[in-house]
Amino acid sequence: MTSTIKDRTAIVGIGQTAFGKGLDASELSLACQAISLALDDAGLAPSEVDGLAMFSMESGREVEVARNVGLGDITYFGEIGYGGGAGCGAVGHAAMAVATGQCNVAVAWRARKRSAKGSRPWANVNARLGGSNQWTRPFGLLRPVDEVAMLARRYMHEFGCTRDHLANVALAFRKHANRNPNATMHEKPMTRADYMKARWISEPLCLFDNCLETDGALAVVLVSAARAKDLKQRPVYLHAFAQSIPRQHQVMTNYFTDDPLLGPSWACARLLWQHSDFAPRDVRVAQLYDAFSPLIPLSLEGYGFCGRGEGAAFTNDGALEWPNGRLPTNTAGGGMSEAYVHGFNLVLEGVRQMRGTSTSQVDGAESCLVTSGEGVPTSALLLRR
Amino acid sequence: MESAFLLPDPDDDDAADFWRGTARGELLVQTCAACGQRRIPPRPMCPACRSLQHRWDKLSGCGTIWSFVIAHPPLLPAYQALAPYNVITVALDEDPKLRLVGNLIARPDGAINEIDPATIRIGEPVRVVFQQVEDVYLPRWIVGRGQ
Repeated sequence: MTSTIKDRTAIVGIGQTAFGKGLDASELSLACQAISLALDDAGLAPSEVDGLAMFSMESGREVEVARNVGLGDITYFGEIGYGGGAGCGAVGHAAMAVATGQCNVAVAWRARKRSAKGSRPWANVNARLGGSNQWTRPFGLLRPVDEVAMLARRYMHEFGCTRDHLANVALAFRKHANRNPNATMHEKPMTRADYMKARWISEPLCLFDNCLETDGALAVVLVSAARAKDLKQRPVYLHAFAQSIPRQHQVMTNYFTDDPLLGPSWACARLLWQHSDFAPRDVRVAQLYDAFSPLIPLSLEGYGFCGRGEGAAFTNDGALEWPNGRLPTNTAGGGMSEAYVHGFNLVLEGVRQMRGTSTSQVDGAESCLVTSGEGVPTSALLLRR
Repeated sequence: MESAFLLPDPDDDDAADFWRGTARGELLVQTCAACGQRRIPPRPMCPACRSLQHRWDKLSGCGTIWSFVIAHPPLLPAYQALAPYNVITVALDEDPKLRLVGNLIARPDGAINEIDPATIRIGEPVRVVFQQVEDVYLPRWIVGRGQ
């Protein structure tokens, strides 16, 4: 089967704001800043932009972004739902729009102001619940971490995953963040003892099994592969793209399916590899969505880097660590140690790896897998040089 | 009045009959009237045969612990006051692929923080009890099979 978008578009510009907590700028302002930086990086004028793809959760709307940044006439715009599952989806939709001629220059972005009033953990809580929440929230399963911890406990029980395996994940990403001056945890090393004595959030998950809470924004610019050759940056080709809502899925609380440990990554991976010239064994660097540490072993299995139930053991012997690991993962620090901007920072690190500009650059890597949220309707990209 | 706990809307389109059942002390599961497939959570259409007709079957209320978490702060105030507390997922005896989220309690009127977390085991048999919170009866679970 041939993919109609394989290598037909490229990411030619990236931009990001500073990451922090309690930034003054609004979410809309952060979005405009990141897009503006990405256009400068690409050497393209705002008036050339005619395509927009964003998270449905974005608070700055397309019209506001377009008139702030001074964009041209927009002929494609699309929004992807389900929060952390949307990042690669927004990039993929932008690529499909460019590849099919719906637009010529597309931007995809995520801006997030975690410290804003409406983003606070208990904002907009309704005491009477309909829909899927009524089956979990009344019993005190309140936060995303509780929802993932329920699956994590079962995964640990079924496949022998231990806290040491989860620590392997957290420690690898922290080490990468320590090498990345833009990472929130740049100057904060962590030891296994630090991890083991951290306070519980939702047992079996502790503080360091969780992502950061970050204000910030990131954006990418895409054009056709032909156009990309004439621009400032080394093009990073969008080789393959996939999305998935697996059958009978329930967002975050996937306990009601026949096999809750077969998450959205399994269905997403099938299409991604089908459309790709690369197999998992060819991939030497990955950016895997890490809102919570157990998502990493689940994703390693789903995307085919190891067999079912082998994801925890895969993390042993520094496998996820730069420079000597089998699969250096989240090489800028990821959501757990660089910044948590709904996973969009993983897209930019994938681009830097393919440009050769990562602070933990994997030599000779020809492709990079980037994934969005496991546990929600998701998406993934395979980028190549 | 500001409700301290998050509670289901007992008039929810798809789930009202479930919550009427718990108020009568019955654990009901939505069942397709055409093909007999049971489904949790309830929904308007049968994913096996697309029938819009369903009935509610009364189950034994017995199951086993499939997984559990122990929640610690930060939490909503009413829940934080009980923390650390357990939340369990129960696989129902009639079909272990039918699961419900609830809490393990020590006695029918017990609180969700009374069980020592170190004693909770995946695979442990449990049975349902119904606890009234405001106008809703929530299914919670007690270790063991007998009354």
